[in-house]
Amino acid sequence: MAISRRKFLTLSSTAWLTLMTSLKTWAVWDSASFYSKNLEDAYQHLFGSSELIESYRIKLKTPNITNNREAVPISVKTSIKNVESIYVFVKDNPQPLAASFQIPTGTLAEVSTRIRLAQASTVIVVIKSDGKLFSKSREVKLATGGCRG
Amino acid sequence: MNVRAKIKNGITHVRVLAKHPMETGGRVNNITGEKIPAKYIQELRCEHNNQIVFLAQFGISVSPNPFLAFSFKGAKKGDSLMLRWNDNTGDIKKVETIIQ
Repeated sequence: MAISRRKFLTLSSTAWLTLMTSLKTWAVWDSASFYSKNLEDAYQHLFGSSELIESYRIKLKTPNITNNREAVPISVKTSIKNVESIYVFVKDNPQPLAASFQIPTGTLAEVSTRIRLAQASTVIVVIKSDGKLFSKSREVKLATGGCRG
Repeated sequence: MNVRAKIKNGITHVRVLAKHPMETGGRVNNITGEKIPAKYIQELRCEHNNQIVFLAQFGISVSPNPFLAFSFKGAKKGDSLMLRWNDNTGDIKKVETIIQ
C-alpha cells in the first residue's frame, strides 16, 4: 500500500501531536527538582520562585527527636482549599526534595509517609493552592548515643 | 505491595506499604567495597475507575519499604482500586485491591 508524501506528513504530525499531549498528561518524574542539591534550587525548579507564605493552616506532624533516621514518620494535613500538590523537603539532605504528591479534586489534602534524614534537619512542607505557595516547617533532631544503623 | 482500602462516611482511606529497598546509590557494600547502585521508587499512583486519585513522586529521601496513607472521595464499597509503582531501574509493580 502506497502512502503519498502529503498523507504521510499529515499522519505523522497528528501522531506526534497526540503523543505530545498524552505525554503532558502523563506526569514525568521531575528529575531536575529531585536532583537539586539545595533547597533554593529545588524551589526554583519546582515553582520558579521561593516566595513561601508560612501558614498555620498546615498541620505538620513529625517527632521532635528520632532515633531511627531511616524512617521518620511525617503527616501533613491542611484546611487550605483547592490544594493542587504537596511537597516534602528535608533541608539538610543531599537531595532536599523527598516527595511530591498530586492532589486531584476529590482527594483530601492530607498524606502520611516516612522519610530519611541524613542528619538533624528542618523538614519543610510546601502546599500549592490557587497559584500560591504555603509552607510549614518543623525541626527534627537525632537522638545521640543510640545505635545508629 | 500491601494495600488496604477502607471506606468510612464516603471517604476511602488507603494505606500502602510497598516492599522496596529504596537504595540511594550512596551506600557502600562493607564486604566488597563496591557502591550499591541506586534503586528507588520514582512514582506511585492510585487509580479508581481509570481516574488518577493520587500520584506520588519519590526521591531518595523516602524510607525503605515506603509507607503511604491518603484518602479520597467518590468511591463505593466493593469498587476496585489499582496501585502501581515504577522505580528508576524500570521495575513496575501493579496491585489491584477491593475497597472494603
